[in-house]
Amino acid sequence: MSMFRRLAAALTLAGLCLLQTIPAGAAGLSDILPRFATDSYGDTEAAVVAVAASGDAQALPIIEALAEGRLLVAPDRRILIRDRAGALFDAATGQAAAPAAADLKPVRTNNRVRRSIEASLGGLSLLATDPGKRLESAQSVFKSRSAAALPALRTAIERERDPRIKRALIEAQAAIAFTAPGTPELDRIVAVGVLADRADIDAQAVLRSLPADASPRLKEVADRAIADIDRRLAVVGLAQNVFYGLSLGSVLLLAAIGLAITFGVMGIINMAHGEMVMLGAYTTFVVQELIRARAPGLFDVSLVIALPLAFLVAGGVGVLIERGIIRFLYGRPLETLLATWGVSLILQQAVRTLFGANNREVGNPSFMSGSFEVLGVALTWNRVWIIGFALAVFAVLLFVLRFTSFGLKMRAVVQNRRMAGSMGIRTPWVDALTFGLGSGIAGIAGVALSQIDNVSPNLGQAYIIDSFMVVVFGGVGSLWGTLVAAFSLGVANKFLEPFAGAVLGKILVLVFIILFIQKRPRGLFALKGRAVEA
Amino acid sequence: MILSRLGRGTVLALAFLLALALAVPVLNLAVPPGSSFHVPTHWVVLVGKWLTFALLAVALDLVWGYCGILSLGHGAFFALGGYAMGLHLMREIGPRGVYGHPVLPDFMVFLNMKELPWTWWGFSSFPYALVMALAVPGLLAFALGWFAFRSRVTGVYLSIITQAMTYALLLAFFRNDMGFGGNNGLTDFKDILGFSIQAPGTRATLFALSALALALGLLVARLVVTSKLGKVLVSIRDAESRTRFLGYRVEHYKLFVFTLSAMMAGLAGALYVPQVGIINPSEFAPANSIEAVIWVAVGGRGTLVGAALGAVIVNAAKSWFTGVLPEYWLFALGALFIGVTLFLPKGVLGTLTTLRRPRRAAPTPAPVAQPAE
Repeated sequence: MSMFRRLAAALTLAGLCLLQTIPAGAAGLSDILPRFATDSYGDTEAAVVAVAASGDAQALPIIEALAEGRLLVAPDRRILIRDRAGALFDAATGQAAAPAAADLKPVRTNNRVRRSIEASLGGLSLLATDPGKRLESAQSVFKSRSAAALPALRTAIERERDPRIKRALIEAQAAIAFTAPGTPELDRIVAVGVLADRADIDAQAVLRSLPADASPRLKEVADRAIADIDRRLAVVGLAQNVFYGLSLGSVLLLAAIGLAITFGVMGIINMAHGEMVMLGAYTTFVVQELIRARAPGLFDVSLVIALPLAFLVAGGVGVLIERGIIRFLYGRPLETLLATWGVSLILQQAVRTLFGANNREVGNPSFMSGSFEVLGVALTWNRVWIIGFALAVFAVLLFVLRFTSFGLKMRAVVQNRRMAGSMGIRTPWVDALTFGLGSGIAGIAGVALSQIDNVSPNLGQAYIIDSFMVVVFGGVGSLWGTLVAAFSLGVANKFLEPFAGAVLGKILVLVFIILFIQKRPRGLFALKGRAVEA
Repeated sequence: MILSRLGRGTVLALAFLLALALAVPVLNLAVPPGSSFHVPTHWVVLVGKWLTFALLAVALDLVWGYCGILSLGHGAFFALGGYAMGLHLMREIGPRGVYGHPVLPDFMVFLNMKELPWTWWGFSSFPYALVMALAVPGLLAFALGWFAFRSRVTGVYLSIITQAMTYALLLAFFRNDMGFGGNNGLTDFKDILGFSIQAPGTRATLFALSALALALGLLVARLVVTSKLGKVLVSIRDAESRTRFLGYRVEHYKLFVFTLSAMMAGLAGALYVPQVGIINPSEFAPANSIEAVIWVAVGGRGTLVGAALGAVIVNAAKSWFTGVLPEYWLFALGALFIGVTLFLPKGVLGTLTTLRRPRRAAPTPAPVAQPAE
């Protein structure tokens, strides 16, 4: 809150200063134009500055024409513009002019005039009708800090209605006021306030280039502002890191959540889990290819179509694996591990044979591309969607386990298989469906991961170890543990990266988990009671 | 006395290995190439490589087959031993590298490093490298086991931890900052103890050494498992809690056998590197370690000789497949994983033994699937 109040105060102050320094009443074009006709460089230069400051819609074409030698003086001292096609226009009004006699003389320029032209051109695009262009030029003036742009800047600030652009303009003015020699002390201090509110690296750079004639007081104010900005940047950096960490965490959550079912709840070591993710990603690829070929208009909903299909494909393969292999190996976890590793090799090679070993292109639908900014933190849409999606999948899974009849049966079988069987639950089918559910969720994860990762036959391999780490860290059998573990590992990874680098950060996290498992072999959220012994 | 303790299978295997160590170099070097008894050099290299894999399999079988510790990180011990030998071979190159630097290997000159990292200290000496090839994997296994076994991390959890360990090492060795050649690893070796590494004589000697090392590994492992300690190991495998309640310090036994096994794997790696001429971080890949487990499973878990046999069978199949049907090797390997666990839980050797003497009491102790706690 206080930040906004300060900003508002600074803006008002800056505005007041401006009003005092702006020359009273800009002259009209008709008064200025004749000075181009005097054929004196001094007059031409003065006219350029005056035209630029006039804020007239014709100002930009006039100065552009002058820069390219297309500003002409007619014998009757009228000023004309010849456009690039050769047609003539009246400079003051912009209306087509009758082709006059042959002896039109171009207004001559020398180096000084050309410098003035350049500065004015920069300033003039501040008045362009396109808001994007205005913002861009305000930012470029901020970077160049050229004092020649000041008059145009003042006019622009006066006219600007868009608050964002107005702020950029005022910041540019502050940057100039701060660095240009001879600015009054008070203006500079106001400028420091504006720059401090901008609070980014560029503003800091301006504040660091303290002019030579700065007073000790100004220096102190500037130093304080720099320190202020440092703090703000640290906070923004922190927020950015947390976001990246949450984003990585959501990816881990997506990859691990299916495993939390198959490994955590059923106790099956499914080394082919990563390949279920890969199948989901390839399902997305196939869906997008079909849509590209048959119905390009549906491209934006391709992911929505792919989601249920990926669930069915991966879930179906999961049921097949359970019925065909795993059910013979219950109670022999190490053998299960080896057999499912074999399944993963076969699936990888099958996909490689079908689709080739190279990465496949999966496109982002429009709502997932681009980025936006919240309080200085840049967020990309696809990451935001994936965070939301991971949480949604998690919520749905919790709901299924807790409030559906299938979830009830599943929990019953996990808690006491024989008792559940005696109550008439067909435990083999519950096993198969539970495994299918875990695999299907992995397939859904594949749809999301296809948006941010390379879709290749090795996709699953990249996630399998991380997924196991998440599940073990969180506590086997605890969905909430998986959630907490995924996000804390994601955030920890991203916070280690700046200090240790990406690879070393990952190694440190792995080592940490290895040590953690020694300390608490049952994970963060250990199940207590009889279930542990089962 | 000792022969009866070893058992007939092991004695046969040892005799066969000794014969191999003598015969193959002779058939390779002394018999002229035209003769039908000549063993070509590329066969010597290939089979020599399999023998080091077999030693790795024996090491793995010692912990998995007899103590129930399924390590998915034995490839890491193998690779560490290999790196120790690789470092020595790099130092042997001396000033003969492409850049001709008197001390630094080529990749360090390329990376603009000024001096050897401290980790390279002493590797110019062959005995030191050999000691390191055993000590580094041993120490790592000891440290990991010290923590894991004391906090009673068992079963699948231990497998996952060992897998994470080899994965972390894989990532670490990929980094150039480690000073071990990063992605490319160590290669371009010139000679070993003054003998050119490419020479047929050196290759034949390395082959003989591999065969002898495998024989030694089998002998040591066999002596361990037939000792009183070995009985305790088997009882830990079958009923860990019960063994603990009987008063045995389970974690000490596990730690001993795990460290011993890691050192055997390190020795295998040290013999592997001079024969293939390269060591790079991909040796740490978790997939390699799991593949080693399937060698043991194919040959027969808890048979030692079978593990060695399994390593040779699977690798021979791999060589054949990658030559004839490269596309289908992974299908075959995957099917092997599934088929062996479903239909051949005792492996080739275990099944053969059971088939041959179906009536006799007490066949090879087959691992109990579900430990009765």
